[in-house]
Amino acid sequence: MLGFLAFIPRAVAQSIPLLFGCTGEIVTEKSGNLNLGLPGVMYVGAISGVIGSFFYEGSVGAGEVNAALAILIPMLCCMAGSLLMGLIYSFLVVTLRANQNVTGLAMTTFGVGFGNFFGGSLIKLSGQDIPSISLSKTSTCFRASLPFAKSLGVVGEIFFSYGFLAYLAIVIALAVAFFFKKTRSGLHLRAVGENPATADAAGINVMKYKYLATCIGCVIAGFGGLYYVMDYACGIWSNDAFGDRGWLAIALVIFTLWKADLGIFASILFGGLYILYLYIPTGMDHMEMKELYKMIPYVVTLIVLIFTSMRNRREDQFPQSLGLNYFREER
Amino acid sequence: MRGISKRFDLKQANTDVNFVLYKGEIVSLLGENGSGKTTLMNMLAGIYYPDEGQILIGGREVTISSPAEAYLNGIGMVHQHFKLVDVFSAWENIVLGEDGKYDVAAAKAKIRSICDKYGFVVDPDKKVYNMTVSEKQTVEIVKVIYRGADILILDEPTAVLTPQECERLFEVMRNMKADGKSIIIITHKLNEVMAISDRVVVLRQGRNAGELETAKTTMQEMTDMMVGHAVTLDIERPEPVDPKKRLVIKNICVTDAEGVPKVKNVSFYMNSGEILGIAGISGSGQKELLEAIAGIQAVDEGSVKYIDENENETELIGMHPRDIRELGVALSFVPEDRLGMGLVGNMDISENMMLRTFGESHKWFTDREKPRKVAEDVVDVLEVSTPGLDIPVRRLSGGNIQKILVGREISSNPKVLLTAYAVRGLDINSSYKIYDLINEQKKKGVAVLFVGEDLDVLMQISDKIMVLCDGQVSDIVDAKKVTKNEIGLLMTSLGQEGVGKGEQ
Repeated sequence: MLGFLAFIPRAVAQSIPLLFGCTGEIVTEKSGNLNLGLPGVMYVGAISGVIGSFFYEGSVGAGEVNAALAILIPMLCCMAGSLLMGLIYSFLVVTLRANQNVTGLAMTTFGVGFGNFFGGSLIKLSGQDIPSISLSKTSTCFRASLPFAKSLGVVGEIFFSYGFLAYLAIVIALAVAFFFKKTRSGLHLRAVGENPATADAAGINVMKYKYLATCIGCVIAGFGGLYYVMDYACGIWSNDAFGDRGWLAIALVIFTLWKADLGIFASILFGGLYILYLYIPTGMDHMEMKELYKMIPYVVTLIVLIFTSMRNRREDQFPQSLGLNYFREER
Repeated sequence: MRGISKRFDLKQANTDVNFVLYKGEIVSLLGENGSGKTTLMNMLAGIYYPDEGQILIGGREVTISSPAEAYLNGIGMVHQHFKLVDVFSAWENIVLGEDGKYDVAAAKAKIRSICDKYGFVVDPDKKVYNMTVSEKQTVEIVKVIYRGADILILDEPTAVLTPQECERLFEVMRNMKADGKSIIIITHKLNEVMAISDRVVVLRQGRNAGELETAKTTMQEMTDMMVGHAVTLDIERPEPVDPKKRLVIKNICVTDAEGVPKVKNVSFYMNSGEILGIAGISGSGQKELLEAIAGIQAVDEGSVKYIDENENETELIGMHPRDIRELGVALSFVPEDRLGMGLVGNMDISENMMLRTFGESHKWFTDREKPRKVAEDVVDVLEVSTPGLDIPVRRLSGGNIQKILVGREISSNPKVLLTAYAVRGLDINSSYKIYDLINEQKKKGVAVLFVGEDLDVLMQISDKIMVLCDGQVSDIVDAKKVTKNEIGLLMTSLGQEGVGKGEQ
């Protein structure tokens, strides 16, 4: 039981990057853009934050960092980086009507390469022996939890032990869910993703909605990368450490049936599955089993995809124009 | 609307059209397919922008460059293909695109009051995908009124409705008219024109062909004005040689994916060496009928029997389309977008020829020689203008693409040739090439089914003409004896009295 209680905070910490990614991709996909560049976007978001904080920490030297700046600078850098990725994607796909799948995959390749290139450069700059950058001062600011969390025992551990980005992720997810359900703009955005010709005929600016949704979605997803480095990884950047969380986030979007509020629970579930292998006793003789257990989230994703493809409710389907570019003259 | 002209690429859709609509009247816009009715109305609704001419509303000149601006000017259009989001409920679709405060309760109340006022029946919370076609149409009309339109344009609103639903629609239209709203209705069906409208404006080939007051005109007069006097060109019609029953179709019924019956209890037969023309307003079930014979459309009931030279009968229903093709039943259907069916745009000419024949060879590697030969022949005979056989079909002009499609089907030496809209969009010269080719097939003893849009051509090339109206056989007539007006009447109303009944 105690083991399980200890497992929950780990699962939650693991889930936050997935939640950011999932929420961001939901916003993007609701506009009809299937952004397979999401892993790249999250990667760029992470490295942009790292670059900002690296130079800020460098400028401070051995002195104390200003907590507000230590948080603001990486966040703004992260937003700028992922926004740029969103703009590139939107420009290619919405304005130039490039194929969404190809563009997305290219963006992922580009984003990961971009991250590794600058990550490698920073590692060279820092002149350390180990191939990673440690931004412990910034990380302390990001990881600061509520002061009373420790005194609340297990409850504090499960609900209040996380850095502020974790709560931001949940707030954003809820806000996005509210946006789609209860606002006029949300209705319009859904219409754009479902049937852009209809939205256009109703006087909705399809291009504007697609651009905005994709860029905002990318910025949200970028925070996932930032959270991973600054909070989860304690401020240590090493190339390729982010792994395949971006792809998992895209799978989550399908798993949650494009519902952002559902994403909160789904991402915690997947976060748990992601690290479950650490908690399944295998003994020292069968280390290979651990590798098999690492497959669990992907196996679950596959099974979920099979089940979700069989469901019939029309509301649970993907936005009908997902992956298709809108071309007014074709109507 | 004054002096409106609109041009698309090579096609002049409207030339110098004048159109007047008064407050509180219902005007029918009448014309054949492609006479520019929808284009003209789309310019009012802000979808297209006129190249020339003015639009005046209440004496004031206006520019309408988007659907939103059309709404601002009080114009709303209900398109033939509904513009609705399927997963949204009725009220969500109705308020879509509106600005201002998002008040669901107020919106629903307004929708209810509109419904009460004009007699619509709409459940604001019903999802569009659960709706029948008629309900969807109602939502579209309510949407237009909700957005404050005083001028309503309905593009072939009755094409998809049952007679009872039509009657209800007309009832609502009369209520709106009494309320001072003006309505333009685009339609092909003359009896509806008579039933609902005050005035009729007729377009022919994108120009004004005339204007009539409904009370003082007859269906005959409208038909004459709509069809006009087309230039008579001579098409050869050789006498059928030794006709034998080749295909016997009995009581075919087809329902489309939306549950609308498209072909209703159609029976006829085709003789070898004869051309059976099919006339009918487009969408009267021609496509479904042909596809049913070719085996690519599921059939609810009925039978299609193929009788070969040795009088062996084969039931085609339930057979694989490829097996039907191997029996010698070839289908060439030219859809509106031409590339939609039958050709692969990115493949070159000979590869497209190969699509029909690759199954014949049982070797490991494809035989490219034969299809290339066929491609050369087709290009040669039909004078396809192409830089070579290796360029993707997509890059050819529409007419040339079509020649390849029709040419390929003919080159497969069929026993039964089903062709639809073979000359759609082709210039006169190419059209006649295709007529000649079809006649050649006829002389070889092929049973030809020819679906056409141009009645003059249909009457000259066919031996018999089957007229479809709303998925049913209106009549089968002798092409040599029938007049165009008789066919026109048969197209719009089932089996009229006084028109010569065919052999069946």
